[in-house]
Amino acid sequence: MDWLSRNLPYLLAGISVGGQYALIAIGYTMVYGILRLINFAHGDIFMVAGLMMVYASASMPMYLSIPLVIIVTVLIGFMVERVAYKPLRQAPRMSVMISAIGVSYLLQNLALYITGGLAQQYPHIPWISDQVTVLGASTKRVTVITPFLTVILVVLLVLLIKKTKIGMAMRAASKDFETSQLMGIKINSVISMTFIIGSFLAAVGSLLFFSNYTSVTPTVGTLPGLKAFVAAVFGGIGSIPGALVGAFIIGICENLVMLLNQYVSFDISNFKDAFAFALLIIILFFKPTGLFGEKQTDKV
Amino acid sequence: MKKKMFSVIVSAAMAVSMVCALPAMADTVKIGVYEPASGDNGAGGKQETLGMQYANSIRPTVEIGGVTYDVELDIVDNESNNDKAVSAASKLVTDGVSVVLGSYGSGVSIAGGQTFQDAGIPAIGVTCTNPQVTLAYPVYYRICFLDNFQGAVLANYAAENYENKVAYVLTKQGDDYSAGLGYYFTQAYEALGGEVVTGAFPEGNSDFTSYLTSAKNAGASVIFAPTSIEAAQLIIEQSAAQGIGLPLLAGDTWDSNMVLAAAEGKDVDILITTFYQEGGNAEFDEGVKAFINGDATNLANNGGNDMVAAVTAMGYDAYNVALAAMQAAGSTAPADILAALPGVVVEDAVSGKIQFDENGDAVRNSAFVKTANTETGTWDFVAETSISE
Amino acid sequence: MKKTRDAVISVILIAVLLGTLRFMELHISPQSQWAMLLTVLKKGSIYALVAVSMNLLNGFTGLFSLGQAGFMMIGAYTYGILTIPAAQRANVYMYYQGGIVQFALPSIVGIVLGGAAAAIFAFLIGIPVLRLKSDYLAIATLGFAEIMKVVFMWDSLGPLTNGSNMLRGYPTFTTILYPFIVSGVCIAIIVMLINSTYGRAFKAIRDDEIAAEAMGINLAHHKRIAFTVSSFFAGISGALLAMYQTNVQAKSYNSAMTYEILLIVVIGGIGSVTGSVISSFLFIACSEWVLRFLDETHVIGGFTVPLMRSGFRKVVFSVIIMVIVLFFRQGIMGTREFSISGILDRLTGKSKKKSKGGDSNA
Repeated sequence: MDWLSRNLPYLLAGISVGGQYALIAIGYTMVYGILRLINFAHGDIFMVAGLMMVYASASMPMYLSIPLVIIVTVLIGFMVERVAYKPLRQAPRMSVMISAIGVSYLLQNLALYITGGLAQQYPHIPWISDQVTVLGASTKRVTVITPFLTVILVVLLVLLIKKTKIGMAMRAASKDFETSQLMGIKINSVISMTFIIGSFLAAVGSLLFFSNYTSVTPTVGTLPGLKAFVAAVFGGIGSIPGALVGAFIIGICENLVMLLNQYVSFDISNFKDAFAFALLIIILFFKPTGLFGEKQTDKV
Repeated sequence: MKKKMFSVIVSAAMAVSMVCALPAMADTVKIGVYEPASGDNGAGGKQETLGMQYANSIRPTVEIGGVTYDVELDIVDNESNNDKAVSAASKLVTDGVSVVLGSYGSGVSIAGGQTFQDAGIPAIGVTCTNPQVTLAYPVYYRICFLDNFQGAVLANYAAENYENKVAYVLTKQGDDYSAGLGYYFTQAYEALGGEVVTGAFPEGNSDFTSYLTSAKNAGASVIFAPTSIEAAQLIIEQSAAQGIGLPLLAGDTWDSNMVLAAAEGKDVDILITTFYQEGGNAEFDEGVKAFINGDATNLANNGGNDMVAAVTAMGYDAYNVALAAMQAAGSTAPADILAALPGVVVEDAVSGKIQFDENGDAVRNSAFVKTANTETGTWDFVAETSISE
Repeated sequence: MKKTRDAVISVILIAVLLGTLRFMELHISPQSQWAMLLTVLKKGSIYALVAVSMNLLNGFTGLFSLGQAGFMMIGAYTYGILTIPAAQRANVYMYYQGGIVQFALPSIVGIVLGGAAAAIFAFLIGIPVLRLKSDYLAIATLGFAEIMKVVFMWDSLGPLTNGSNMLRGYPTFTTILYPFIVSGVCIAIIVMLINSTYGRAFKAIRDDEIAAEAMGINLAHHKRIAFTVSSFFAGISGALLAMYQTNVQAKSYNSAMTYEILLIVVIGGIGSVTGSVISSFLFIACSEWVLRFLDETHVIGGFTVPLMRSGFRKVVFSVIIMVIVLFFRQGIMGTREFSISGILDRLTGKSKKKSKGGDSNA
């Protein structure tokens, strides 16, 4: 019991951060599933959502600023796709990816310009940011609710994809982009919908992430974005349950490194971030398309 | 119609530019300000720059060898990034500055040092406390104390005040300041019979909860975290949320109103060493507060209120040291200033008398210890300590 | 006949280029604004090499790798560790009692060994990683680069790598000709490789792996060669970058650096060596020099020009990149090459179906 209460904080942090990665990872995995595009700007959309919250909450009450931030984030995600990716639909894949890197640069530099390079303090959101005690370990309420909220959102998303018409269109588009177009699916609205869902989840993820780690800087999205992407690949990119499982595994494992660190004689705490990559490379070695990824077949 | 308007605008612009060009006739001397305005140390760099700007506003001219020069600050942003810093340093060299002030953060000072060294331009470090800065580059001088001194002060304090002699030292990877101060603290603390457990966090890390838990599990009685302000805010916030309950010890970087803002109303115990305590020089405090409040940008750069950061005082002193060096040299040529620097003594500096030893380091053997008052959101003076080695 | 003409012209042009650079170096005062041009040229020539080496992988072999910054870091560290003068070591390795390496090699040996170390690492990493396809390969190489970065910063390796602290005090170049000649020679070697049978095999793999295999090309073997050679030159450019920056620190060789190089390659044109070279110089000039005025507040007759303040340069820079990506999607050169003989032919009225190869140093 003593061992548990000593080490529970690691597990709690791991599950919580895993949930936040999952919400970002779904955005990566859905976009990749349909466009075969690594949307490098996704982590920065997450950062922008955090930054907007800082500014919105300074001028209006919380019950207004939270929905507003989510709506504007969704709009930004939608706009990014329309302006930066849609014109390149016929261009080589590399061009679209470079466009994504360009958007990421632009968002980061705009954030740098607006904030003047200073870290912004994320507001205290009532109830979510309050302190609670779980099995003797003190933490914020957001840590506890994140995994549940994540799972609920993912279940809703899976229902949306399985049961609704747009969901069916999404599945068709990710199976075969060209054919689905020929079958009369409005591919542009399907893609827009994908970005809307991805940005919505990123906005929710940012709300949870920054309630825990309350400092917003222009580059704050890079690392969670990269790890979420790793999680998506780990789970098999294109697969939503894969992203969820991958994210939780990555989140928990990076905290397990810290737990292990107590029992080894030299300091390995700096391998916390690298561990996610090591895990990914190992899984790719055995399953080249990730945990739940579909096998790639080469057509001649 | 349009043509007429156009010609009016053009002639107006020409007239204006001619008027503008006139004051430039006077002699000017350029002082390079090599400070971070973005990145990890952006907040601290801005406060340090504020001190120089304030000094420049009250002493805009200097008389050197019988000629009155206008002093112009040439401010570049080294982005707290050792990679980008070299370009920023080259920019200052090509701008033809006579002397360079800065930087906040030892890493960028070491990174840019070679550029200043090659150009033969003297640099006056303001709050770069890592010993390597002046050891590596003869053109580098500095007006602050060193990390081996600061580390020893903190280690002594920790050993005396916290019974269980285990300290958790949390440093940032790839940050020369953080690694250096952590190292010197560890050396001193272990010499005093203490035990040190280390943790290192990578760039871009936001989640400190696992590090804090490790500190607690290691049985540490104190956490020593020589980090940037940005990391400090996260560490304080998460330490309070996790109910870690261990005192946080840190160096000069934490002496910032933004750290106080993060700590206000929270159950944390913060203790730091620094260069200057507000109230040390009433005239300076009053002037700099008026300067900060007088301009919205200055106020934003100081973190939204008018609390005087130690680095602002240091920036102010550095500016005056630079002017004193020019006067002593009787010239604005970098080589002359460099030759004159070792003999410069500034008696009335707000952070205490400044003079240099043979390494180019300031002769300083005392530091202020302050603690954060989480109720009022101010720093409370604890002690002025000095140790004899 | 034509070959000799081209060779003579190339030699003359290279000599003129080097002569001009030397002249500029000697006559531009370090205190003038134009001194920044020299800085840009130095850094640009180094980035040109790494961009071409990345192009060899991404553009010519069709292997999407994002490990370039990692291999540069290995090159930079190898160079730093091996060339710091013994007398300096106690000072640099302050926290590790002078470190374990107690000798210093000549600069050029350090550079070559930097490349070799990167190549050896690439060879080893390639064994598992090159089995992966497209984006999986990209993320795995990126992952390896990140892992390497952390390993180099590991405190336990401190006596070798100085932990996460910077390495410095090693010999740096004293003339601008140095990076130009080293990069030029390396790029020339890469061009020769591209024009050899190996190069043709690389392009076949890029265009269609299965067809290439059916034609009898050993996929694994050729991919490994492309990966190792590319990393070798990335390592050399890393060593040069270390010399330019006068210090090495693992944390700056991050994924952002790889993205930057990828941007350069794509802006120059995937599959064009000269495109990569030209875009390196343009990219570095924009990011370091030309746009800097945007960061300063300009007051014209009491009227403050709006928007211009610290950070604006970067916003403009990213907008320019977006415009190029959206409207010039083939990049500056597409897959074409800038060639002297092609231009000469056009000037003299001789038509040529396709210009190829040529003077990569121009």
